[in-house]
Amino acid sequence: MRAPIRIKTLTIDGKEVSAREGETILQVARENGIDIPTLCYLEGLEPYGACRLCLVEVKGINRLLPACITQVEEGMEVITNSERLVKYRKMILELLFSERNHTCSVCVVNGHCELQRLAQKLGVTNIRYPYRYPNLPIDATHDRFVVDHNRCVLCTRCVRVCDQIEGAHVWDVMGRGINSRIIADLNQPWGTSDVCTSCGKCVHVCPTGALFEKGKAVAEMEKRRQFLPYLTVMRGGKQ
Amino acid sequence: MPPALIERPRVAPPSDDKRWRIVEGTMRRHGYQPHALIETLHTVQETFGYIDEDAMRFVAQSLRVPLSQVYGVVTFYHFFTLKPQGEHICVVCLGTACYIKGAPQILEAIERTYGVQPGETTKDGKLSLLAARCLGACGLAPVAVFDGQVVGKLSPEDALKQIRRWENDDGR
Amino acid sequence: MTVDELQQLAVKEQEEKQRYKCCINICVATGCIMCGSDRVKEALEEAVKERGLEKEVLVKGVGCLGLCSAGPMIYIEPDGIIYHKVSPEDAPAIVQGLISTPVERLICSPEMPFFKRQVKIVMENSGIIDPERIEDYIAVGGYQGLVKVLTEMSPSEVIEEVTKSGLRGRGGAGYPTGLKWSTVAKANGARKFVVCNADEGDPGAYMDRTVLESDPHRVIEGMVIAAYAVGAQQGYIYVRAEYPLAIRRLRTAIRQAERLNLLGNNILGTTFSFHIELRIGAGAFVCGEETALIASIEGKRGTPRPRPPYPAEYGLWGYPTLINNVETFANIPAIIRNGGSWFAKIGTEKSKGTKVFALAGRVVNTGLIEVPMGITLREIVFDIGGGIPEGKKFKAVQTGGPSGGCIPEQFLDLPVDYESLTKVGSIMGSGGMIVMDETSCMVDVAKFFVEFCMSESCGKCVPCRVGTSHMYELLRRITNGIATTGDLELLEELCDLVKNASLCGLGQTAPNPVLSTLRYFRHEYEAHILDKNCPAGVCAIQRLEEVPA
Repeated sequence: MRAPIRIKTLTIDGKEVSAREGETILQVARENGIDIPTLCYLEGLEPYGACRLCLVEVKGINRLLPACITQVEEGMEVITNSERLVKYRKMILELLFSERNHTCSVCVVNGHCELQRLAQKLGVTNIRYPYRYPNLPIDATHDRFVVDHNRCVLCTRCVRVCDQIEGAHVWDVMGRGINSRIIADLNQPWGTSDVCTSCGKCVHVCPTGALFEKGKAVAEMEKRRQFLPYLTVMRGGKQ
Repeated sequence: MPPALIERPRVAPPSDDKRWRIVEGTMRRHGYQPHALIETLHTVQETFGYIDEDAMRFVAQSLRVPLSQVYGVVTFYHFFTLKPQGEHICVVCLGTACYIKGAPQILEAIERTYGVQPGETTKDGKLSLLAARCLGACGLAPVAVFDGQVVGKLSPEDALKQIRRWENDDGR
Repeated sequence: MTVDELQQLAVKEQEEKQRYKCCINICVATGCIMCGSDRVKEALEEAVKERGLEKEVLVKGVGCLGLCSAGPMIYIEPDGIIYHKVSPEDAPAIVQGLISTPVERLICSPEMPFFKRQVKIVMENSGIIDPERIEDYIAVGGYQGLVKVLTEMSPSEVIEEVTKSGLRGRGGAGYPTGLKWSTVAKANGARKFVVCNADEGDPGAYMDRTVLESDPHRVIEGMVIAAYAVGAQQGYIYVRAEYPLAIRRLRTAIRQAERLNLLGNNILGTTFSFHIELRIGAGAFVCGEETALIASIEGKRGTPRPRPPYPAEYGLWGYPTLINNVETFANIPAIIRNGGSWFAKIGTEKSKGTKVFALAGRVVNTGLIEVPMGITLREIVFDIGGGIPEGKKFKAVQTGGPSGGCIPEQFLDLPVDYESLTKVGSIMGSGGMIVMDETSCMVDVAKFFVEFCMSESCGKCVPCRVGTSHMYELLRRITNGIATTGDLELLEELCDLVKNASLCGLGQTAPNPVLSTLRYFRHEYEAHILDKNCPAGVCAIQRLEEVPA
C-alpha cells in the first residue's frame, strides 16, 4: 500500500498555497509563480544552500532560512521579499562581483549569464566593496572546453552534476575560505584528467562564464540544460 | 562503522618503500572504507613527513575516493602539507593570549632574520616556519615549538637564540 | 569484569595508597611539562630513592593543578601543601621537607583566592589521580556512575536525571543536554552514534585539552552513560591533532577501559555494548560545528550543511547522532553519582553547575579555573586572577573566542551565566577568557579575531567567505589609519549581513568581536579614523605623507 500523500497549507507573501509534504519552500513558491532568486540551486541537483540568495523569513523563527532546502510545514508564514531580504540579496551579489573578475562586456556568456541577470533584476548597479581581482588561471587544456576561474562563483553546480549525474567526480573544491577554488583531479590541467568523460554537463550547468565551450566569442555561449530533469527521472526521481 | 567484509583487489603501492605498509595498515584497519581518508592521510604525513601526488593517487585508489576529493581534503585541512618540511621546524603560536602578549613580534623577528613567511621553508631547507592557531598553552604565552619542544614566555631574542642553536648543532 | 570485581579493585587500590605515608603529586599536563615537570618528576623519584623512602613516599604524575603560569606545580598529600615554580634542583629539599619543615620559598598558599574560590566538579580528580592509570580513577569512585546506570536505571531514567540537573552544553551555545539526549533517544535509526567534540579550536581556550590530559576516563564514562541512555553502540572522540598528549592519554584510557570490560561488548557482564574510536582532526576550526564535524569524521572536507535536519535525527552517515562537548560529558559521571538535584543546586536559575575557564592574557594568575555559574567577572579577574599586573588599568575581558565579544569595565559585576553574557553582546563560549588592559587596542583585537574567522572560513557560503575577507580589509584600513567614516558604515553593514545570512555558526558569530567592540569602544575606532591615532599605541598608523596617493 502506498503511503498517503500529506498536504500542507501555508502562506507565502500573504498568498495561501498548498503543498505536498516534503516539498521545499522554493518549489512551492515557484509552482505558485512567486519568484525567489537562486544561484547555487539547480533543479535536478542536490540542493547545497551556499549562495544564500534564496533566504526567506518565516514567522516565529528568528533566523533566515534557505528556501531551497527548508521543507514546508503546516501553517508556515513565509515572507520572500521584505526590504531586509532584498538588501541582503543585493549585498551578496555585490560580494560576488567584488570577489573575482566579472567584466561582462568581454565575457562569452554576456547576455546568458545568471549572475548578470540577477544583478539586473535586483538593480545592483554599483559595487561598494573594493574589487579583489585575484589573478587566477584560465585552463584551456581540454579539447572542447575551457575553465576560467576568474568568473567562478563557487556554486559547485559543476562538482555536483559531475558527481551526482555523470558519476565521474572530476571536479571538487580545494583550499578553503576566500582561497577556495574548483579543481580537476589532483589540481591538474583539465585536459590531463584521467576520469573526465568530456560529457560537457558541467559546462552547461555553470551559471556564469567560468565554464564554456571553445571557439565561442563574446556573448555567443548559451547554456543548455534540458538533460537535467530527464536524467533525474532516470535516476529514479531522487533529487 | 564496522569494516566492510568485501575483499578488494589490493592496489599496488607507488614504490617498494617499506613505509607504504604502514599506510596500508591504517587502511586495512578501517576496512578500506572511504571514510578512512583523513585517518590514512594522517598516517601518510606521519610516515613520510608530507603528502605527495603518488601518495594521494595510492590512497584514492585504495579507498575508492575520487582524486579531486582527496586533493580537496588535503588542502582543506591546514595540518596536511604537500611539500616536504625543513630539517627543523619552528611553530609560533598566534592564539589570542600569545597575540596579546607579543607573538607577532616573535614571528616578525624570525621572518626578518631568516627571510621566511609562515608556511614557508628557507631555501637551504634548514628551517620551516609555521604559525599555529592555538597550542592551548595560554598560561605561558607567548609560546613557540622548536622541533617538538615547547617553550613558553618567549621573547623575540629567545626565539632567535633557539633557532641559532640548530645552526650550531649542524655545524659540528 | 563484573560489578563486584570493580568494587574490589577500588578497595584494593585505596588500601595500596594508604600504605604510603605521603604522596607527591606533580602535574604532568602540557603546561607544566613545558616548564620541565617531567624532569622534576625524575629528580623527585631519584631523591626519594636516595633517601630510601620508596616504601613511604609515592611520586605520582597527575593532571592539571590550575595555576599554569607558575608551573611546574606540586601538590603534597595528605599535608595539602602546594609548591610552584619547582625545578629539578629543588627535589632533595622537597623530599627533606616531607620530614622536617616544608620549603618556604616554593610554597604557594592553598588559601589564596585562586584556589579557595573555585568549585570543582569536572576537575575534581585533576591534580589527584594519575591520568594514565584507570585504577587511580576507579579508586576515587570512577565508573561508579556507569555501574549505577547499568544496574539500577533505565535509559529514560538516566535522561530524566540529566534533565533534572539542568546541565547545558558546555561547547558554547548552552543547549539543554537532557533535551538533546531525549531527542536522540526518541529518533528512529537502525544504529545510533555518540560523538565527543574535542575539537577545541578557540584561540585562548584549553579547558577540554586539560580535562582530557588530566582525567580522560571521566569523559569516557560520560560517553558510555550517554550511549546507554540514547541507545548507541558506537562512539567517536574527535580530537585536535594539535593535542598529542591528550590523544596519547585517550588512547591509553580507551585501551584500559576495554581491558577491564568497561568498554566493548557486554559491558560489566550486561547486554549493553559500546565501542569508542578516536578521530584526529587536521587543523580546521570550523570542524567544531556539528555538521562540519560529522563531515570530517566521514573523511570529507569539513564544510557545514544547513540545519535542520539536526544531527540528533540525521547525523553520522545519516543516523541519529548525539554530539556533546568534552566538558559536558565530564559532568555526567558526577551528576549520575550525586543525582540531578545535587547538581541543580549549584549555579544560577538557568545556568546550573560549574564552568571551566582558561584565564589568560593581562592578568596575574593565568591558568585553568573551575567556578560556579553566577560568579561575577570581577571575582574571576581580580580575586581569582589576582588583578592586572604591573599596575596597569583593566580594559576588557574577552569571552567566547572568535564567536564572542569584549566585555568592558561597567559590566564587571555581571554574573557569569549564558543569558547575561549574551545580553552584553558576548557569549559563554567554550571557556576562553582573555583579560585585556590599557595596552590592548580594541580595534586591533577585533582585527585579530576577524582575521581568524576569515582564514578559518570553509568558503562554502558567500557571506562568510567574501564578507569576512572584506571585513578584514576594512579593519586593516582602520588600524593603518587610512580609513574613512564611510568605511566604518560599510563595516557595520557587512557585520549585519554576515551575522544574519551565513550558513553556520562560524559565520553567524564572526562579526561579534567587531560588534561588541563597536558597542563599547567606538571611540577607539573613531580615534583611528578621525584623529589617525591609536590610543593604546598598538597600531602602526601610517602618517599622511606615507600614504600613496
